[in-house]
Amino acid sequence: MSHESHELAHDDHHDHKPSGFLDRWLFTTNHKDIGTLYLVFSLLMFFIGGSMAMVIRAELFMPGLQLVEPEFFNQMTTMHALIMVFGAVMPAWVGFANWMIPMMIGAPDMALPRMNNWSFWILPFAFTMLLSTLFMDSGGPAAGWTLYPPLSLQGGQSFAFVVFAVHMMGISSIMGSINVIATILNMRAPGMTLLKMPLFVWTWLITAFLLIAVMPVLAGAVTMLLTDHFFGTSFFNAAGGGDPVMFQHIFWFFGHPEVYIMILPAFGVVSEIIPTFSRKPLFGYTAMVYATASIAFLSFIVWAHHMFTVGMPLTGELFFMYATMLIAVPTGVKVFNWVSTMWKGSMTFETPMLFAIAFVVLFTIGGLSGLMLAMAAADLQYHDTYFVVAHFHYVLVPGSIFALMAGTYYWLPKWTGHMYSEKWGKIHFWMSAISVNILFFPQHYLGLAGMPRRIPDYSTQFADFNMISSIGGFIFGASQLIFVGVIVHCVFKSRQAATGRVWEGAKGLEWTLSSPPPYHSFNTPPVIDSTTIAHVEEAH
Amino acid sequence: MKKQNTFIVAAAVTAAVIAAFWLLLAAPGYTGNKINMTQGVTSQSLISYQLHMTILWICVVIGVIVFSAMFISIVLHRKSRGHEAAQFTHSTKAEIIWTIIPVIILVVMAVPATKALVNMEVAPETEMTIKITGFQWRWKYEYVEDGVAFISSLQSNSNAARQLASGTEPSAVENYLLDVDNPLVIPANTKIKFLITADDVIHSWWVPALGWKRDAIPGFINEAWTEVMEPGIYRGQCAELCGKDHGFMPIVLNVLPKAEFQAWIQQQQQGMANEQAEVKRLWASNELMEQGAEVYAAQCATCHQANGQGLAPAFPALAGSAVVNGPVDDNIEVVLHGRQNTAMPAWGSMLSDSDIAAVLTYTRNTFGNETGDVVQPQTIARIKNG
Repeated sequence: MSHESHELAHDDHHDHKPSGFLDRWLFTTNHKDIGTLYLVFSLLMFFIGGSMAMVIRAELFMPGLQLVEPEFFNQMTTMHALIMVFGAVMPAWVGFANWMIPMMIGAPDMALPRMNNWSFWILPFAFTMLLSTLFMDSGGPAAGWTLYPPLSLQGGQSFAFVVFAVHMMGISSIMGSINVIATILNMRAPGMTLLKMPLFVWTWLITAFLLIAVMPVLAGAVTMLLTDHFFGTSFFNAAGGGDPVMFQHIFWFFGHPEVYIMILPAFGVVSEIIPTFSRKPLFGYTAMVYATASIAFLSFIVWAHHMFTVGMPLTGELFFMYATMLIAVPTGVKVFNWVSTMWKGSMTFETPMLFAIAFVVLFTIGGLSGLMLAMAAADLQYHDTYFVVAHFHYVLVPGSIFALMAGTYYWLPKWTGHMYSEKWGKIHFWMSAISVNILFFPQHYLGLAGMPRRIPDYSTQFADFNMISSIGGFIFGASQLIFVGVIVHCVFKSRQAATGRVWEGAKGLEWTLSSPPPYHSFNTPPVIDSTTIAHVEEAH
Repeated sequence: MKKQNTFIVAAAVTAAVIAAFWLLLAAPGYTGNKINMTQGVTSQSLISYQLHMTILWICVVIGVIVFSAMFISIVLHRKSRGHEAAQFTHSTKAEIIWTIIPVIILVVMAVPATKALVNMEVAPETEMTIKITGFQWRWKYEYVEDGVAFISSLQSNSNAARQLASGTEPSAVENYLLDVDNPLVIPANTKIKFLITADDVIHSWWVPALGWKRDAIPGFINEAWTEVMEPGIYRGQCAELCGKDHGFMPIVLNVLPKAEFQAWIQQQQQGMANEQAEVKRLWASNELMEQGAEVYAAQCATCHQANGQGLAPAFPALAGSAVVNGPVDDNIEVVLHGRQNTAMPAWGSMLSDSDIAAVLTYTRNTFGNETGDVVQPQTIARIKNG
């Protein structure tokens, strides 16, 4: 007993990183190292999924088929979505959670470090399996990331790999979520009450509950596809008494919360960054927490707005239309609070702030087109067109992904102990912000003019806007190489040391630590007072 | 001074360039590009359009207000201008106001949205019924009362031009990818009920000028209705991903004045009657081979390829195939009923008995297959009728 506590104390006083490469990275139970693994992995997936997007935009550059067969095109659209959703955005947020949550709540590490290791190391295997299907005889999945049967059941033997890969991603997400919840509920420093937690921690807590609620639903849905495909069941086969539309209900019961899983942590990051660079506390902290919780609740009762064309009863369509419209209220509250935080601040515009501002503007555009899509009578026209593609890319790319980039620039000096190149960060921002609009804005026009989504070739009336969109896409893709350059430079080359606080206006426990922070963040619980944390409970 | 203005200038220039770029391209007549939803030619399409425009303008106004507040703040409340940060953190009054106002706006939006949906979905008494069935990758139309039925596939010149590296410029093909061999013909000013279903996977039948799309789901029949006010030709496409040729199953709707439609339907009925007579007679083998080659090129070559080599792995070769060279009854069975969980459809419900007999004769005696079998339309009819 005494020996054990002696060892613990010994560990506490020295910053022991495991020395061997495998010990450090493969067997690691350290939240920072696992966070780094998640972030590097998701960046790799971002480029793999991105290169698939480049294939798609290259084929759509002109009418006519120049580069790929339609079947391969469908594999590209399907894989692009699966990789970006499950491989790039979600693991990136888990990476942020790993790095930041213990530091933000005053904990030494995550609550369940070994499970943390496991939840990451499942992912490379899951995605190797998923990507390997592209090289199999029957090819990769080609029925869209939504995997609607009966089409998805026409896939060959490789379909089993897709299903098992999705299972593994689900297990990883569930374990990650359990870890986040356990950490937040049990590891907060004394005095860090729930309503003093940074908003990023709050949004992740809510996201984690969403993940635990819906990932098993997806697992069930794909398992039924598996048995329909290989074992002769008829869950989704009308000829056998099943119902193909039932899959869509189950899928979107997972799918709609899923899209909020990708955006809620983004809300959290932006809610950290805007106050820092406005040098002013976040406006309406409590309202932000309640708005996040409301969005999460509503996400469970809007799923069939993805299915207005399947032939639902009128009352069903009305219910899902009204429920969907309601989401605009808490989302509006968030946007108004961000603008109010900036209002009468003392703003500077470093790269994280630029990305955060672009997030607020462009995410709002995506939100407003979402409100349009909620109108069932108009959705009978919008549905399954490029208008929808434009909408969800606006909320995912300049939404989730810009927030990820904002967060990366914001905390990179803290993580590495070096400043990144502000000049190149800004070049990256302007290139991305301009090209992302050239890429996605014309897609609204294409959709309204009648271009369906998921087609490899189109009639000549759509040629001009497709070419513009593709050019925007190529510029956007190339701009992301700058992002990698800035990160690599910051980690390995930058000589400009970062202070502990890094940013003049930064508040919160993570900034009380050195840059880079000690291997085990807080060995003794920090003292929580109004000078060290960003959110003091509001007096009423 | 110079540095502090860099951001503002950069932001303003970017916003101006992007806005000018959008507007320039959006200007009607500049590029000939359509950028907005069609008003269409039915009461429903007008409802969709009007709702779309109402909500669009509400969204534009909200966007302008929010972004203006933000931009003003960015201009005025900068550290570089020496602005000191205020330290207010919340205002319950403000939170209540910006919760209530959006709720009111939403209620205002919900009224026209509800009316629009009710008006679109509640079908009036209809005068005729057309059943639409989606197949991979063609549509079948059946005029339920008139006993006329036919298949509608991508026009052959588009189909040739759209092959990978075909060498044909799409701009040289009239109505590239939006033209079919047999358009759906309907009368103007007539309330028509559509029964929409599918045979293999989910498709979605969409002609933008009608104002709606409806999924075609195997095993289920969806209802929809229309009444087209202006005769003309209207084009659309399948809107639900349905496999490799999802982008190549267009819809062409030819709306005729009522009298012309009557003439057309009678002509079709005559054609159907002639076909019936054709099934009863004995065909010569060269007749079957000729007709079979045509049917093969139009219907089968997309998957099994013009040379019968198929496209591995999904689409098997017919050249040297065990089924094609095996017992003729088994071969007929596969063609009539298709193969489950593959793209091979049940042709029995799509092609005429003579077409099926012809294509079977053709495939069993070409691509190096030498069964010498001649399949007669009568045989197909007998097997189909049990």
